[in-house]
Formats: sequence, C-alpha cells, structure tokens
Amino acid sequence: MMTTDGKPPVRDIHAYLAEFDDIPGTRVYTAKRARAGYHINQFAMSLMRPENRVRFKAGERAYLDEWKLTEDQKQAILNRDYNRCLDLGGNIYFLAKLFSTDGQSFLQAVGTMTGMTPEAYQAMMVAGGRSPEGVRSTKQQAALAAVAAAAAETAGAPAPGTDSHDPEGSR
Amino acid sequence: MARITAGIATSHIPAVGAAIDGGKTQDPYWAPVFAGYDWTKAFERAERPDVVILVYNDHASAFDMTIIPTFAIGCAEEFAPADEGWGPRPVPVVTGHPDLAWHIAQSLILDEFDMTIINAMDVDHGLTVPLSLMFGQPEAQLETWPVRVIPIAVNVVTYPPPSGNRCWRLGEAIARAVESFDEDLNVQIWGTGGMSHQLQGPRAGLINKPWDTAYLDRLTTDPQSLRQMPHIEYLREAGSEGIELVMWLIMRGALGEAVDELHRFYHVPASNTAVGHIVLRPTTA
Repeated sequence: MMTTDGKPPVRDIHAYLAEFDDIPGTRVYTAKRARAGYHINQFAMSLMRPENRVRFKAGERAYLDEWKLTEDQKQAILNRDYNRCLDLGGNIYFLAKLFSTDGQSFLQAVGTMTGMTPEAYQAMMVAGGRSPEGVRSTKQQAALAAVAAAAAETAGAPAPGTDSHDPEGSR
Repeated sequence: MARITAGIATSHIPAVGAAIDGGKTQDPYWAPVFAGYDWTKAFERAERPDVVILVYNDHASAFDMTIIPTFAIGCAEEFAPADEGWGPRPVPVVTGHPDLAWHIAQSLILDEFDMTIINAMDVDHGLTVPLSLMFGQPEAQLETWPVRVIPIAVNVVTYPPPSGNRCWRLGEAIARAVESFDEDLNVQIWGTGGMSHQLQGPRAGLINKPWDTAYLDRLTTDPQSLRQMPHIEYLREAGSEGIELVMWLIMRGALGEAVDELHRFYHVPASNTAVGHIVLRPTTA
C-alpha cells in the first residue's frame, strides 16, 4: 500500500511500541514512560548545577519535596533503586546526574541494576559482556522454557525452573 | 567548493573522556582502547580537515525533557563543554562554522528536512570525546581544537528516534548542501555513538560482537540494507543504547554509494560498551 505521494504509509505505531515490551530486562524510554517520569528527569537535570548538588546532598528529602514527584518516585530516588526509577519513568541519561552527584561512574551505577556485585559485573564486562543469547525476546524465552518442560516431562523427570510458568500456581 | 573527503564513526563513551582527562590512557585497562585511535590521529594530522560535521546525541545535557528536537544543527560561533554532573571536561571551547552551518540548515529545510536551529548550546561527551580521540587532547586554556565543528544533535533517547532510512537520507541531503557551499573547504562527517551496549535494567552489560562486526562490514559491503533495519533489531541485538548506531547512517548516507574502508578498530569493553571505530573514504573522492 502506498500513499498518494508514493511513499510507504506510516508504520503501525501500536505494533511498533508493543515489540519493546518483549525485550527481557529492558525498559524502553517511550512517550508513556517519558510522561510518567517527567519530574524525575527534570529533578535529575537540576543536579547539573553545582549549587543544587550541594543543596540536594544537604537534605535529599527536603529537596525532593520541592518537585512534583509521587511518594513512590521519591522513595526510589532516595533508595537509589535505579530499576524502580526506570519503572516510574526515569531515563538513564537523566539519572546519570544523580549517580554522578553520588560520585558513581556509569559502570558502578549500571551494575546495580543487574543484581550482580560490582566486582562480578565488571568481570563480566572485561570478559566480553553479557551475551544476547537467550535474552533477545521474552516470548522466545517462554517458548524455549515450554519446550524444555515438555522434554523433561517426556523424559519422566521434573523440569527445573518451570514453576513460574505454571498457570495454576500449584507449587 | 566545499567537499566531504572522509567519514568517521566512533563510540563516544564518557569514561573514555574521563580516562583522558584523568591521565589514565596508558593504564592496562585503557591502553588498548586508545591504541586503536593512533592510526586516525596520524590520518587527521595529514588530512587537516577544515570542518567536521559531527553527528552525536545529547545525553540530557543541553536538552532536557522540555524540548526534544529530532534533528538539530548547531549554528553558533562556539560551543562550551557541558557540565554533566562532575564539572565540564577540561577541553577547549569548540569553535563552530556559522557560515557553513547556516548554509546547511537552509539547504536542509528547502530539501524538506525540518531542522531545529540552535544558536546557544553546550556540548557534552557525545561530541567532545570523539574530538579528543581523533585529535588528541589540547590543553583547555592554551590551545584550541584544530578544526571547526558543526554539531548535528539527534534524538535517540526519547522514542521514537528517527528511522535508519531517515538518517541516511539526511546524510545525503547534508552532502548536497556541502557541495553547494562556495568556499573551498575540506569537510569530514562523523557519526558517533554505539556500538552494542545497554546501560539499564537487569539486561545491562549486553555486548554483541558478531552483530557489531557484521554492522561494520555492511557499511562498505551492503550499506543499503542498513537503511531498513528496524529499531527493534538494534534494541534486541545491540542493547537499548545500541540504537545510537542509527546516527552512523547519517555519516554513511553522506558518503555516496561506494566507500573504501581505510581503518577499523573494535574492542570490548570500555566501561559498559563495545568500542567501534571505522574510517571511510568515498571512492570518488
């Protein structure tokens, strides 16, 4: 199908966005997240000014209270829970102003989101990083797990790690 | 007549800037990274470009969430290094080329690219780290960068970023604009960012060397196919921040159909990221 000026039509925006939810362990910074996190990110931007960094360090809660943040968002920032900050609309380049204020590098701060120790995360990076094998698609992960479970059942042995895919929750 | 004589792509990792600024380039961790740019430093000393059109993305430095231009062109006389939260990098102010920048801006708009024109902007590591890598580190107070710079800032942070095809066509339009500028100038175009990296979530640390290598290959062997690569492929294969690679296609689109690969470097890791670097010459140049 072509439009009148001979160009292909605009792609299906819903399908385009839906694909982003199929990447394991990833929050793509969509308009929906950008809207939810507007004040988190603008708060973080304010830390680019040295005088604001000083004021924030002197009283984090009081500083956060000056912003239109939800209590959830404030708590995630106070806890430096970066995965939660992303869930609530934060973006990593904005949050970088926060961890820079803490004197953390990208390597240190990013590692906190993986559940690994800083040493283990750094060692993984030096060894070549995280392989994309098995973490490209949530659907693909589920399909592979189902195949593995079926194979294990055929073999007459309980399938390890399949509990979370049990729709009846009959653990 | 102004002409584009080379295209360069490189990662623009902030930790690389910090290593330079902190005098750590000969540390065992960093030495192999910087060795990959020795060839290019010599190349630039020989080439002596007058202007670099430097495609990069701002990392919440000059632009916050209030204004998000998809494509912006810096037309100012100069651009100061941004304070990204740990003080500005100790590098010289970047000198612009307002005559050529405005010429390109006007040409692009008539060519149906609705550019945002920027007359005051600080530039962050996305722009200054590549300058340090290609030209070495001048002292902030004593020297200037040996080239004028026209920043082209691309939104690759808030979705959707521009498509690869749109980036390619912008590159073609930039080349047309440069060719129609009367002054005799040696112009390079650089695409920065990438390669595979993911800076967020439990999947952080993703690196995909086979995919990155194929991407570098395709810049010369099959560039047309890169135009149609959807965003989701960058995200799945090269990590959430690997999307920066669409900016390389602005550079590649500006070089014309055939290019010769003059130099390539690839190294893992620098901080969280795969370092990729390539120097291309239009076959006709």
